Amino acid sequence: MQVKLKVRRYNPEAENPVAYQQEFTAEVEAYSSVLDALMYLREYVDDSLAVRCSCRGAICGSCGVRINGQATLACKTKVVSVAPHGETITVEPMGNMPVLKDLVTDMKPFWDKVRQVTPWLQPEGLEPEGEYVVPPESMTHLNGVMGCIMCGVCVSDCTALEVDSNFIGPAALAKAYRFAADPRDGESQERLRALNEYGGIWDCTRCMECVEVCPKGVAPMDRIMALREKAMAAGFTNTYGARHAEAFSDSVKEGGRLDETMLAIRTIGFFNVPKLLSMAPVALRALVHRKLPMPSPFHAPIPDVHQVQRIFGRLEKKL
Amino acid sequence: MADYDVLVVGAGLAGMRAALAAQERGAKVAVLSKVHPVRSHSNAAQGGINAALTDRGDDWQDHGYETVKGSDYLGDQDAIEVLAQEAGREIIALEHMGVIFSRGEDGRLGTRRFGGQQRARTFFVSDFTGQAMLHVMFEQVLRAGVEVLDEWFVTSLVVEEGRCAGVVAIELRTGKLHLLRAKAVIIATGGLGRVFEPSTNGLICTGDGMSLAYRAGVPLMDMEMVQYHPTTLKGNGLLMTEAARGEGAYLLNSKGERFMERYAPTMKELASRDVVSRAEQTEINEGRGVDGCVFLDCRHLGKKFILERLHQVYEEGKAFANVDITEQPIPIRPGMHYQMGGIKTDVDGRCWDMKKRWRGVPGLFAAGEAACVSLHGGNRLGANSLLDTVVFGRRAGHCAAEYASQEPLKTVSQARLAHEEERIHALLSRNSSGDSVAKIRLEMGQSMNEHLAVFRNQEGMETALRKVRELRQRYDRVGVRDRGRIFNMGLVFALELGAMLDCAEAITVGALERKESRGAHFRTDMPERDDEHWLKHVLVYHTLEGPPRIDTLPVTITRWQPQKRVY
Ligand SMILES: Cc1cc2nc3c(=O)[nH]c(=O)nc-3n(C[C@H](O)[C@H](O)[C@H](O)COP(=O)(O)OP(=O)(O)OC[C@H]3O[C@@H](n4cnc5c(N)ncnc54)[C@H](O)[C@@H]3O)c2cc1C
Ligand code: SF4
Ligand code: SF4
Ligand code: FES
Repeated sequence: MQVKLKVRRYNPEAENPVAYQQEFTAEVEAYSSVLDALMYLREYVDDSLAVRCSCRGAICGSCGVRINGQATLACKTKVVSVAPHGETITVEPMGNMPVLKDLVTDMKPFWDKVRQVTPWLQPEGLEPEGEYVVPPESMTHLNGVMGCIMCGVCVSDCTALEVDSNFIGPAALAKAYRFAADPRDGESQERLRALNEYGGIWDCTRCMECVEVCPKGVAPMDRIMALREKAMAAGFTNTYGARHAEAFSDSVKEGGRLDETMLAIRTIGFFNVPKLLSMAPVALRALVHRKLPMPSPFHAPIPDVHQVQRIFGRLEKKL
Repeated sequence: MADYDVLVVGAGLAGMRAALAAQERGAKVAVLSKVHPVRSHSNAAQGGINAALTDRGDDWQDHGYETVKGSDYLGDQDAIEVLAQEAGREIIALEHMGVIFSRGEDGRLGTRRFGGQQRARTFFVSDFTGQAMLHVMFEQVLRAGVEVLDEWFVTSLVVEEGRCAGVVAIELRTGKLHLLRAKAVIIATGGLGRVFEPSTNGLICTGDGMSLAYRAGVPLMDMEMVQYHPTTLKGNGLLMTEAARGEGAYLLNSKGERFMERYAPTMKELASRDVVSRAEQTEINEGRGVDGCVFLDCRHLGKKFILERLHQVYEEGKAFANVDITEQPIPIRPGMHYQMGGIKTDVDGRCWDMKKRWRGVPGLFAAGEAACVSLHGGNRLGANSLLDTVVFGRRAGHCAAEYASQEPLKTVSQARLAHEEERIHALLSRNSSGDSVAKIRLEMGQSMNEHLAVFRNQEGMETALRKVRELRQRYDRVGVRDRGRIFNMGLVFALELGAMLDCAEAITVGALERKESRGAHFRTDMPERDDEHWLKHVLVYHTLEGPPRIDTLPVTITRWQPQKRVY
């Protein structure tokens, strides 16, 4: 069968190196993936079409691209699933990273972030003679994060990274969780302290994008939330992150609901103007994705706000 | 020009393990890889890694014996002893590095069963063992600060005065050609699956390192021993791990019979791979298949179990075959999977013989699937290959570091670089005249898969050899259309095809030489094993002109005398 593709091209060596869209038709099978279609183009139509690939089975993490606007693995996306009625499939390079050529992006920033989280096990004390004896569930629990293939798909579509390149980002934070939650690691405290800084776990806007696009079910956002809990439990309260959590609880206490706008302002501080300005696009994008309530200058409290306040009152007495 | 003590070509499990070992011994090391290390094909290993741990009541001699029997007595027993004895220590080392091996209730490492073995001695991480190991190995490379040159493609080895003196490589990001000098070079470039079409291997498994070493003067050994895995998907050839059968899945024919009962009454589905693949092909050939396939049936294992222990298989079945394995048997067939043969090395990875029984290149080492120690002989046992990469990767790394500490850097003339520039320039400036790299690759792959598969015969193999030689002539005229430097993947493909054609020829020549049936090499015209004449390895040497030169080498036997092989 035939499939139509619109591929974003960019040749840095061209006389006039600008990106453009090029339409192609590829010959594929019913079971073929978008990567197969791109391979067909490269093999039989234009061998200068650059795209990374290695395993073709969704395990090596090479072929992250944007298909019809959303980041994913080309080899995991079946042609018929994105173009059931012969629609044209749009293929572009991943976002939030520089493009080197056609669909090939520069992964250096991605790996730099991974390096930032000290991505190796730091066991405590002397190694045992045999294996570490740990609860079996603690290892199976890590299967999920260990499933990360470092493809960059989550990073491509992360809304927080889009506005602040200092954010460590979903993939590296999921990796950080992998160590923080490993019973064999002796440095969780130090890890959590570092992650609690600016650029770390509190900069995620919880837009869910990474959970949605991750081809391996790693659910980075959930790991970030788990890291937040661990950080709070470890006593990292009077910091950037904790301010965020406090603002969160204040917002709910005062209005009975989460006021995302005020949340950002209180966390960052009323006087941190550049950072606040940088937040604006996030809010806009989140709006488009319907993840923020429609803006209103004031958040009206919900009708039963006193109930919420009572819950808070009780909790505070308990603490 | 950069200088190193030890340069490792390939950053899969074998390459990274070697680099770590060499660095540990004080060598200045860099590891080069045509893809980022974690994109290497070691990722694909799902099932697990073997080791006989004595404190678990297992015995390395059992593991050794089963490996020897699996190899159809072609594996060198001195090497197999090393493999089996050092396995336990390596598993513990991997665990300490951070691999999240599955555990038993007692919190200690758990095992599953794999083919060709009586005991459960396969350690695993769900069904993504290779990936879990590869990522941890890369973590260790980061920790140790080993220099990584990723997306560098090695195009040739530099040999000066009969010794390996470095490599020439393209930096893909810039297209620049570099000469890297080193006192020792370790080749860990993995397998050659793409020589066959289809194959379970990824697109990057193109036998580059085998061709590099071959052209530099090292023989390729046991190349005729190509493993067909019993359970691969029909369309794209992707693998369904042996762990499925290890965990209890059945093989059924079109009548719903568990046909393995007839071929291997004791081990059934868990007989060694060559045996199971031949059985399946026989069923299919005799009309008890459906659409060229038989079935893998996991239903009785239960959904919960499947989702926990065979999650990737479940996902793969859904994504690539549209089958929910918890509810339906999945059609599978034998497919090309692994190259038992490769660059001849000794047990320390050296590509030359201290006793001068075969000719090689001092200063060059090899490890992993690219190498042939020979551990796997005529047929590799499942889960022995990951073990091979770490045990022999480490040994090669240590030995190379030691070698480098006693060797001066050699002077390399810049003419080497210029010569390589010219070769590449020629590829980039030729006009393809209608032919293409992809067409040649496909024709080679199909021909190899037709004539050098589970069943072989003289006539078929001769046809394949003629085909490969004709394709080589076409290859010498083919060109690359992309004339750019940056990420010129067309150029990479063309260079890879050159390597694959070398491998295809060595496989075919080796297979024609072996006039018996042993392990994966089954000739319908000579169906018996012939220990009297063929209990030996076939070595293939590259020659500058004319066909390759063939030699043989006796098999090393230490404690296990050849016997008839029944499962
Ligand atoms: C689908 C599948 C499942 C498997 N399952 C198992 C299993 O369960 N258990 C088991 O024991 N074994 C298994 N195997 C086999 C095992 O995975 C491989 O044999 C092993 O991982 C090979 O490792 P390696 O380090 O030798 O090579 P690879 O991991 O393939 O690495 C090769 C490296 O060389 C580099 N390279 C290649 N050419 C060049 C060049 N020209 N220039 C620069 N760099 C280059 C590559 O970039 C890569 O980094 C499986 C194999 C497959 C295909
Ligand atoms: S949930 Fe957080 S980490 Fe994930 S994409 Fe959104 S902002 Fe980024
Ligand atoms: S978390 Fe998922 S999307 Fe992100 S890098 Fe890992 S596998 Fe890719
Ligand atoms: S090619 Fe490996 S993930 Fe797509």
